Amino acid sequence: MEFLNAVFVAPFLDIADSPVFFAEVVIGGLMSGVMYSLVALGFVLIFKASGVFNYAQGAMVLFAALTLVGLMEHGAPLWLGLLVTLGVMVALAYAIERFMLRKLVNQEGIILFMATIGLNFVLEGVGQIAFGSDVKRLDVGLPDKSFEWKGILLNTFDLSATFIGAVMVTSLALFFQYTPTGRALRAVADDHQAALSVGIPLKTIWVIVWSVAGAVALVAGIMWGAKAGVQFSLVLIALKALPVLILGGFTSVPGAIVGGLIIGVGEKVAEVYWGPVFGGAIESWFAYMLALAFLLFRPQGLFGEKIIERV
Amino acid sequence: MFYREAGQFKTSYDKDQAVFPIMQDRWFIVAVILAAYFVVPFVADEYWLQAVIIPFLILALAAIGLNILTGYAGQVSLGTGAFMAIGAYACYKLTTNIPDLNIVVAFLISGLMAAAVGIVFGIPSLRIKGFYLAVATLAAQFFVLWLFNKVGWFYNDNPSGTITAPPRELFGVTITGPRATAEARYFVSLTFLVIGAVVAKNLVRGRLGRSWMAIRDMDIAAEIIGIRPLQTKLMAFAVSSFYCGVAGALYIFCWLGSAETEAFDLLQVSFPVLFMIIIGGLGSIIGSIMGAAFITVMPIFLTNFPPMIGIHMATDLQKHIEEIIFGGMIVFFLIAEPHGFARLWQIGKEKLRRWPFPY
Repeated sequence: MEFLNAVFVAPFLDIADSPVFFAEVVIGGLMSGVMYSLVALGFVLIFKASGVFNYAQGAMVLFAALTLVGLMEHGAPLWLGLLVTLGVMVALAYAIERFMLRKLVNQEGIILFMATIGLNFVLEGVGQIAFGSDVKRLDVGLPDKSFEWKGILLNTFDLSATFIGAVMVTSLALFFQYTPTGRALRAVADDHQAALSVGIPLKTIWVIVWSVAGAVALVAGIMWGAKAGVQFSLVLIALKALPVLILGGFTSVPGAIVGGLIIGVGEKVAEVYWGPVFGGAIESWFAYMLALAFLLFRPQGLFGEKIIERV
Repeated sequence: MFYREAGQFKTSYDKDQAVFPIMQDRWFIVAVILAAYFVVPFVADEYWLQAVIIPFLILALAAIGLNILTGYAGQVSLGTGAFMAIGAYACYKLTTNIPDLNIVVAFLISGLMAAAVGIVFGIPSLRIKGFYLAVATLAAQFFVLWLFNKVGWFYNDNPSGTITAPPRELFGVTITGPRATAEARYFVSLTFLVIGAVVAKNLVRGRLGRSWMAIRDMDIAAEIIGIRPLQTKLMAFAVSSFYCGVAGALYIFCWLGSAETEAFDLLQVSFPVLFMIIIGGLGSIIGSIMGAAFITVMPIFLTNFPPMIGIHMATDLQKHIEEIIFGGMIVFFLIAEPHGFARLWQIGKEKLRRWPFPY
């Protein structure tokens, strides 16, 4: 009885008691949701264009952030560091296409998934050998101040992260929808062979899409790095992005955003109001359970393309 | 020259449908098993048994379990660690609360408990497929480990939060706990693996295994020819989790001795077991065993090889180089042979049949 009360009644009373605090929790959730979305976005891009479930996205985030920090430690100014890191990510995309994907054309999804796990190990190792494995601070000059707005505590860093996230998503959505390259990307995503037969160069497309994913990883790396320091555990945010992905749908850019926001808010609210009942630390699995519950009603995620199967 | 089936006539259906229809294969397998029982324990020292061979045997059992689910029934799962943890904790509760229970019975009951939980977490597979399902099984992974960490009942409220295998005897020999010899634990693990492999091999070539494969290849078509997806998929989850559960119980009782939930972590167990079946070959029992051998031996080899040839590095650097080589080998291997060791094995046998006169 006490337990039921703690699960079904008390949290709602708490919420009704102090709506300002609830709003703060929700906004905090939205902010971390944006951060999840940034990582999930990289997954979606690659899955959309090559059908590869890229487990190495987390390692790419770490690798990009490490490269940037490493360059800046050697005295490069921010703009130069960004440019060079971007160049490194493009080179990486090229190498991945040349040495991995090209040789695995037409393999099953799980084999490609496996290959990206291998890639994950390689990237982790290379990044840490080249730039060391201690926690590093990344300062890109984003203001990090708290202020109050209508009684709700906000943070300028989180706001700018949200803004950057929004800009990226909008530009990516426009890129996919309205440019010839974007159209080619969507064609490749639909059907490799059909795309090839109308003259779309598959290899170029793959390099482009992995480069874009690399750029997204760089942005995610900067934001996460600035927030939590550049360190090995950045790789693990890939695990945070997975429920976002299945919630939003593997193939949908808006899905990654909405999914991220839902997971971010759900996680924070659950941790604050329901966490104590379950003994805390429910963040580790709550997102997955939430996503699982959604999937039972929409097996392709919220915005994923409906999976049509024919015999 | 030696590997020919010429002259071996099959005069009954039983002979025709034997697991190893060719005589040489039968002898080879018998020889391997005999060597495993009577040569290995006398040749290998304590370190080898403890560090390499016992974990290989136990993880091979888990890999067979996962291969049944992923390789035969086509349901990708990343929750292996959770199912192994269920087996381990169930076995711990059973042996500490019912001290007189035979340890083998305890292992089997823990397997059944893992199977029951496996069925529950298998229910989403009726709606969702592929990578969606793979990520959904992570829910099982994280939830189960969290539960075992949080609820004191599972580890008998002991303050350290670890479970420790109590000493138990079988035929008068201590086989679990700190006083059990490596040889005794080796024999137990080996026996479980051999029996498990034989049972699995027979399961997958029978009616059940065929319906699993039909579901894997295309579940709609399978449904149309009269295979019930509900029973078949849940059965795959149950059998797979049973194997994983038993392997998990052995993992604590015959290998680690005592552990916390971290021992069943995603990166510690679930991913490596998935590597094993993919490198070994999806949909192959012998492949699971070979994959397990590769994945357990590889890191140890990478750690010990550079010092052997006189290269000494900082441990930190060496760890990262190991990572790179390990990841690189996985990619290389997938490119070279996407169907894994099982396929190489098959090709090798074909070549051997024609050797030394290929035409």
